[in-house]
Amino acid sequence: MSSDSSLSSSPDNSLGATVPQAAAINRPMDLVCGANLPSHSLIFETYGILNKARSNAILICHALSGDHHVAGINAEGKVGWWDHYIGPGKAIDTDKFFVVCPNNIGSCFGSTGPTSNNPRTGKAYGDSFPPIQVRDWVESQKYLMDHLKIECWAAVIGGSLGGMQAMCWSLAYPDKLKHAVVIAAAMRLSAQNIAFNEIARRAIQSDVEFKDGHYLDHETSPKQGLALARMIGHLTYLSDDALGRKFGRLVNGGDIGTTEKELGEFEVASYLNYQGDKFSQRFDANSYILITKMLDHFDLAQDYNDDPAKAFGHAQCQFLVVSFSSDWRFSPLCSEQITDSLMSAGKAVSYIKIESDQGHDAFLLPNSRYQKAVSLYLSRVSNELEESSL
Amino acid sequence: MINDTVPIGAWIEPKSRLLDLGCGDGTLLRRLIDDYQVQGYGLEIDPDSINQCIQKGLNVIEQDLNKGLKNFPDNSFDTVLMSQTLQALRNPHLVLDEMLRIGNRCIVTFPNFGHWQTRSFLAIRGRMPVTKQLAYQWYDTPNIHLFTYKDFEALCSERQIKILKRTFVGSQFLGLNSLCPSLFAKTAVYHLAK
Repeated sequence: MSSDSSLSSSPDNSLGATVPQAAAINRPMDLVCGANLPSHSLIFETYGILNKARSNAILICHALSGDHHVAGINAEGKVGWWDHYIGPGKAIDTDKFFVVCPNNIGSCFGSTGPTSNNPRTGKAYGDSFPPIQVRDWVESQKYLMDHLKIECWAAVIGGSLGGMQAMCWSLAYPDKLKHAVVIAAAMRLSAQNIAFNEIARRAIQSDVEFKDGHYLDHETSPKQGLALARMIGHLTYLSDDALGRKFGRLVNGGDIGTTEKELGEFEVASYLNYQGDKFSQRFDANSYILITKMLDHFDLAQDYNDDPAKAFGHAQCQFLVVSFSSDWRFSPLCSEQITDSLMSAGKAVSYIKIESDQGHDAFLLPNSRYQKAVSLYLSRVSNELEESSL
Repeated sequence: MINDTVPIGAWIEPKSRLLDLGCGDGTLLRRLIDDYQVQGYGLEIDPDSINQCIQKGLNVIEQDLNKGLKNFPDNSFDTVLMSQTLQALRNPHLVLDEMLRIGNRCIVTFPNFGHWQTRSFLAIRGRMPVTKQLAYQWYDTPNIHLFTYKDFEALCSERQIKILKRTFVGSQFLGLNSLCPSLFAKTAVYHLAK
C-alpha cells in the first residue's frame, strides 16, 4: 500500500532518466484460483548493471498502488516512488546491484490487468479478470526472472504488500533468493485491516458509474468512488501525530472566519481530496478491488496448518524485518510475529523497529536510521557476493 | 564491557541454539558463533549497537528486555546468555526467571559491586563508586541495581535457581579471585539451571 511520493523533489544521486521495458510471456500461466492467463505481459524498469555471474539482482516488489517506476525520473518527469532508497550510493545501491521492478499483473500501469484485452474475448477483462493472489504475483515475477536469465536474486525487497511477496518468494522458491527484506508487512491481515479494505471497495461499488464493474463497456468511470476509497486508505496509512504536525487545524487562506462569511476548508480536507482525486486519475477501480482482495486473502501459514514456523521452515534465505513505531495498519507487532516465527524455525533474521510518526507510509519516506540499516544490511549482501565470487 | 577472558566457552555446546540478551555490538556473540558454530540470536535496543551487529552479519532483534520475553516459547533455546546487563534491568529477578523458562541453561555475568575498589570508593571517599567497570555518575548510570555476587547467590537460592558453576574474573594477582572473590572479583560469571 503506497501513497504517491511524486511530489517530493528528486534528491541527490538520482538515477536520472529511466525507461520502462516490457516482457511478453506467451505461455499460459496457471493461477491459484484455477483459472489461467493465456498470455501476459509485464512492464518493468531496471537500474544498475547485472554482473557477469548474474548474481547481483535485487527484485523490488511494489505494494497496492505502486508501479514499476521505483526510482529515477520517467518520461513524464515523475520521480519514482522509492527514489530515496534506490540509486547510486543509496541504501539499495545501483553501483553494486542490478535492481528489477515490475508492475504486477492485475494492476493498471502497463502489465496485464483488468484494463487489458482478454485474448479469448477480444474485449477488456474488466471485472472478469481472475482473482489473483500474492503467489500469482510471485509466479509472474518468476517468469520475468527467467526472461532476464537470473538464477537467484541477491535479495527480494518489499514494503507492505511488497513484504508479503518477499515472504512468499522465500516459501515458493526457497533456492531462488539469498535474502528477503520484509518491511512493514504482516503474515496475514487483521480483521480491522480487512474491514478498511471492504469500506474502500464499497465506496467504489457505490459509485453509479461503477456499473457492477462494467464501466469500460459503458464508457463511464467510477472516479468518485475510487477517490473516496483512496482517501480512506490514505488516511489509515498516516498517523494522527503526522497529520496534526502537517496540517493541525489550518484552514485554506488563513484562520477560521468568525464572521458570517463562508467557513474555510481545512487543509487536511483539501489535502485528502487532492490525494483522492489525483489517485482516481491514475488508478483503475477493478484493479483496486482485485488487489485489496488479494491483500485480504494473503495468509502465509494457511497451507502449513496455520503454523508460521512450519511455513518458514521451508525458507532458505536470510531475512531482515523492519517495522515503524506509528504504523497501525501493519503494526510492529505484525513484524514481531514474523520475526518470532523465523526464530522458531531457526532461520537467520534481524529485526529493527524504526521510530517514526509517519504511520504506514514511513516505509516510503526518508528516515536516516531506516536508510542506514537497510544500507548496512545490503552491504553485507554485496560482501557475500564478492566473497562467493572469489 | 565484554571481557575476552570470561570463560564461558566450556559451557556452550557446539551448534546449539543460543540467545544473547543485551548483545551490545555483538562482539561476544560473533565470537561464540565463530568458535562454537552456535545458532545465535542477539537482543538489543540501542540503534548504533544494532547497526554494528548487522555489519557483523549477526541475527540481531530489536527488543526491550524490560518489556518482557513472552514471545519466546518455553525451552526454545539451549542457552540464554546475559553479559553485563542484569544490573541495568528494571526487574532483574523476573528476567532471570524468564531466562530459565526460555533456556535449558543460562549464563549470567555481572560486575561484582563488592570488589575492593568499589568498597573503598564508598568507604573512604563517601561517594558512589565510579570505576572502569561502573563508569557512570549516580544520576546517569544505566546500572540501576548494584549488587554483589553474594546478593546474587541469595537471590538464586530464594528462587530455587541451581548454580551449576561459577567463576570470577578480574584480579591482577593470580589466585586472589578464588581465594576471596567477595573482595577481588570484578566480574562474576554463573552457569545456571532450573
